[in-house]
Amino acid sequence: MSEKEYKVEVKNLCKSFGTLEVLKDCSFNIKRGEFVCVVGPTGCGKTTFLNTLTCLTEPTSGEILVDGEPANPEKHNLSFVFQEPSAVPWLTVEQNIRFGLEIKKKPKEYIDERVENIISMMALSKYRDRYPHELSTSAEQKIVIGRAFAMNPDLLLMDEPYGQMDIKTRFYLEDEVVRLWETLGCTIVFITHNVEEAVYLAERVLILSQKPASIKESIAIDLPRPRDIASKKFIEYRTHIVDMIKWW
Amino acid sequence: MTNDSELLRQQARQQELKYIKNNKRKMMIFSILSITALLLIWHFVVTFRLVNTRFLESPVTVINTIITKFTDINPDGGYLHQHIIESAKVVWVGFLVGSLVGIPLGLFMGWYRIFDHLIRPLFEMVRPIPALAWIPIVLLFLGIGVAARSAIIFFGSFVGIVLNTYVGVRQTNQVLINVAKTCGASNFEIFYKIGIPSAMPMIFTGLKTAMGAAWATVVAAEMLSASKGLGYMIQMGRMYGEVSLILAGIIVIGIFGLISSWMIGCLEDIVLKWRPKNHEN
Repeated sequence: MSEKEYKVEVKNLCKSFGTLEVLKDCSFNIKRGEFVCVVGPTGCGKTTFLNTLTCLTEPTSGEILVDGEPANPEKHNLSFVFQEPSAVPWLTVEQNIRFGLEIKKKPKEYIDERVENIISMMALSKYRDRYPHELSTSAEQKIVIGRAFAMNPDLLLMDEPYGQMDIKTRFYLEDEVVRLWETLGCTIVFITHNVEEAVYLAERVLILSQKPASIKESIAIDLPRPRDIASKKFIEYRTHIVDMIKWW
Repeated sequence: MTNDSELLRQQARQQELKYIKNNKRKMMIFSILSITALLLIWHFVVTFRLVNTRFLESPVTVINTIITKFTDINPDGGYLHQHIIESAKVVWVGFLVGSLVGIPLGLFMGWYRIFDHLIRPLFEMVRPIPALAWIPIVLLFLGIGVAARSAIIFFGSFVGIVLNTYVGVRQTNQVLINVAKTCGASNFEIFYKIGIPSAMPMIFTGLKTAMGAAWATVVAAEMLSASKGLGYMIQMGRMYGEVSLILAGIIVIGIFGLISSWMIGCLEDIVLKWRPKNHEN
């Protein structure tokens, strides 16, 4: 495969805070338009990994290339869905979805069209003038996902976005992400500690090892969508990944 | 799925708000009760001569004084509305200048390290000085006009505004900063899109505290240098031994302090309409 088809190339990435090594020699590539889930034991440095990817923290050594260039949020279209609720409380649903596009200074017509599209896709039109606190947690998370997709990101990073949700809401929002990904097409890196979620969503699962984290294995999930979490193949994948995480 | 549950949520929310509103109405009875009780006790204390009535007059007399003072220029040479306008002018000028200087200063100090290190030591030195201590210097520089009294109000309101604004910006949610950062926003963009709106609730807390302080200082400022104003009127009441005039001044100040706070509260409700309305005040 030629270099150009890789959206993200991570080369020998290391990150340490003082003497604490968090990431050790991580190298992997993510293809354009791929949906990758990263799983690993709690506290293995998943969030550090993402923060380094978005330049919120500087890597100690190694490099991250997006489209062959060093990652830079001002140049690249990155979007981030955080673990914590991150809808801007003083903006309405619509203004929240516009937020990223306005920072990117896109032309107004483009923003209008794009936001309209997202709002109707996510069935948020009834709540467009509401404030986040007036909605439920799952709806608030939908706003954040909508905001992320509205930016038409080259790379969408999601950091355990459904960590605090109940099962029903989680499945609902997972389907939402898959639908948006299939329709709008972008590269997604999705971090989770929920193995079932990873197998349900990903085309490929990266398994991180215990701290200092490095890539332990990369597994392609070859299942048709929509996926059946009770199917035999699904359970095989799941069991395998769980074994990998436990096995050190 | 979400639609239905969202709808239910909204309905529940409306019910809750209705309940809060009703409850507030019920609670208002208690507020009215306490004020009435105070007035009644005051009235009986005076009518049954439980205190020296040379020093205290009944609320009825005081209310009468307030009403007649609108048309009677004696004994201090001013109508009540002239005094009110004079005081309100001083309070609002000092308060507005204090806000115009204090809010930006607090914002910049809270957001930019350099500003913090540059201004903080100076500010900490000025902070403990009571507003009234500035009076002699202010009189020397600005004479005894409105400007001088406003300057004293400025010193009284400015500190609280700066401090609250500063804390407000400092408390900006890091997650929201990261959201803007990953969108590619510059530091200044993050400051005005995230930092300033985050600070708004604390800014209003500061403004309300400062407004209280402003009305408290205006009396002292006017007692020292004025020919009109509620503080001056109280001072005159003392000179002429008219207790009802003093009490009238005190009550009018209370009422106008209340109105000023209420005005800021209304502005707050407009600016912060995005805030959850759970609080019962």
